[in-house]
Amino acid sequence: MTEWLSGNLVSILNGVALGCLLFALAVGLSLVFGVLDVLNLAHGSLFVAGAYAAWRLADDGSLAGFGLAVVLAAAIGGAGGLLLTVATRPLAGRSHLDQALLTLGIALVVTELVQSWFGRDPHGVLPPLAGSVEIGGGYPIYRLALIAVGVALAFAVDRAVERTRAGALVRATVCDADMVAAMGVNTLLVRSGAFIVGGALASVAGVLGAPLLGASPHLDAQVLLLALVVVVIGGLGSVRGALLGALLIGQVQSLGVALAPRQAPFLLFGAMAIVLVLRPAGLMGTRHA
Amino acid sequence: MPRGRQVKLPRLFAGRSVPIYLVALGVVVWLVALPFGSSGYTVGVVGRILTFGLFVASLDLLVGIAGLPSLGHGAFFGIGAYAAALLAQDVTAVGPAQLAVAGAIGAAAAGVTGLVTIRSRGIYFVMLTLAIGEVARQLADSWTSLTGGANGLAGVPPLQLFPWGGEIVIAGHIYWYVLAVTALGYGLLAVVRASAFGQALKGMRDNEDRMRALGYSVTGLKLAVLVVAGGFAGVAGSLWVTQLRFVSPADVGFATSAIALLCVVIAGRGSLWGSFVAAAVVIVVRDELGTVIGGRGPLVLGLTFIAAVYLLPRGLAGLVPSVLRQPPKPALGTGGAQ
Repeated sequence: MTEWLSGNLVSILNGVALGCLLFALAVGLSLVFGVLDVLNLAHGSLFVAGAYAAWRLADDGSLAGFGLAVVLAAAIGGAGGLLLTVATRPLAGRSHLDQALLTLGIALVVTELVQSWFGRDPHGVLPPLAGSVEIGGGYPIYRLALIAVGVALAFAVDRAVERTRAGALVRATVCDADMVAAMGVNTLLVRSGAFIVGGALASVAGVLGAPLLGASPHLDAQVLLLALVVVVIGGLGSVRGALLGALLIGQVQSLGVALAPRQAPFLLFGAMAIVLVLRPAGLMGTRHA
Repeated sequence: MPRGRQVKLPRLFAGRSVPIYLVALGVVVWLVALPFGSSGYTVGVVGRILTFGLFVASLDLLVGIAGLPSLGHGAFFGIGAYAAALLAQDVTAVGPAQLAVAGAIGAAAAGVTGLVTIRSRGIYFVMLTLAIGEVARQLADSWTSLTGGANGLAGVPPLQLFPWGGEIVIAGHIYWYVLAVTALGYGLLAVVRASAFGQALKGMRDNEDRMRALGYSVTGLKLAVLVVAGGFAGVAGSLWVTQLRFVSPADVGFATSAIALLCVVIAGRGSLWGSFVAAAVVIVVRDELGTVIGGRGPLVLGLTFIAAVYLLPRGLAGLVPSVLRQPPKPALGTGGAQ
């Protein structure tokens, strides 16, 4: 057991790092769906915006540039979330399909714009923390830092949603938006707030993920698909579900691919199909959307 | 309730809907006569529109009639396309045989995957079907010995109508074959929609719980409609290969499914003729307009998505003046249990 563990330690750590990234991306998607009842297929575009911010400001691995990129990405993502709130507002009461098509259209347009501004080629980004530690023959410090940041982020989001007044409003809106509105709460604020925070988290995840995944125009579809799988596995509207799903998919994508490379394409969606067959509302989901 | 019908009927025969039949007749005549006065290129474009329209109509049976929003329907289109291409390469170039096999395999694949998807509803159904489409694309990409991998299968042998017949290579003749098959598919789909099965599907779309309470097997209905729609998608995939003589993983992928879904929304859910008009709009925008403005197809397509959602909430079919449409059906059941 320990031998197996040490042999696969790098894969496992990579999986945790990827899981932390996926959590930052997926928790916004999940909250936006839970609070606004909007399936935002443009969520991956916000991630890509962050990745390009990292490439423009910190591709040489400077820590100051990286910090600047995080701040800029949070602003871009927040603004994007606000725009998406406005854009999806007229569709309230219509089917999820209409929202999905609208946000998919927005994602297509953004991908094209990114391509015309920055070109088709993928760009690499150097990690702001160089060097490695002696785990499994040298493990990059940046990924360990990413894990630490991800754990802190998960803790902070969970506290914010479970322990603060704003978080209570968010949870109440997920449960029954009409009742919250009837109590005199301005649900428009809650809705835009969830979208803004979710968008900012997605863009920041793009910056944090840039040293691993780089920046390329079609990255949005890849990460969106992963985030969707995470959210479905975890249960829509649940923070802890998103964390559980993200860590699970991180391992599937890293350890699973390392152990069974030939079956790799099926592992991801196989995992999702199994979870949904056993628990149709996701691991932590309470309602059947 | 009967009064509404009696008022409507005389109006129907007083000339209101005759122009529609005339328009339909005109369209049919134009479609049949097209190869006589057009370039091979135009004929090819219209043939692709017809085929894609059939695929869209099969998806509309799921989305518009049965209320099952699938984002992975391209999988069955692609499976049919690969089945037809492999059949043509290794077994027979006889078109009808390819249609039958592609349809059967498309239906079987839809049935197997349906066993998983029928348990879910709403947004979970959307995501599960998305996953199925993605698995199909990755399969097409990675099963190189069968599918040719990312290069796809090129140089598919030309169509034969009979085992003893010659190869059909003239664009106009292929087009007529496509037109005939599409017309047959259109007729069959119209029959399915109007049948008791089709009515039960609409009931399921509008109120799943009530259909269950009435004694219908909702999961059975879902599985049945998935199989039927998968079969028609497979047939459309086979026709696609007959014309292009090429298939690649892109035909299976998310883009195909999403574009077809866009067509359903543009058409107006539940509109059979609208499916073909929407297919025409989208194919022309993507393939023709996109090249004109310098390879910006996806940009135009994205803007089309956005515009369609805002401007056509009920699709093209919603633009037809309401006097020309059927009167609203009286509510299901007269007990007033709602």
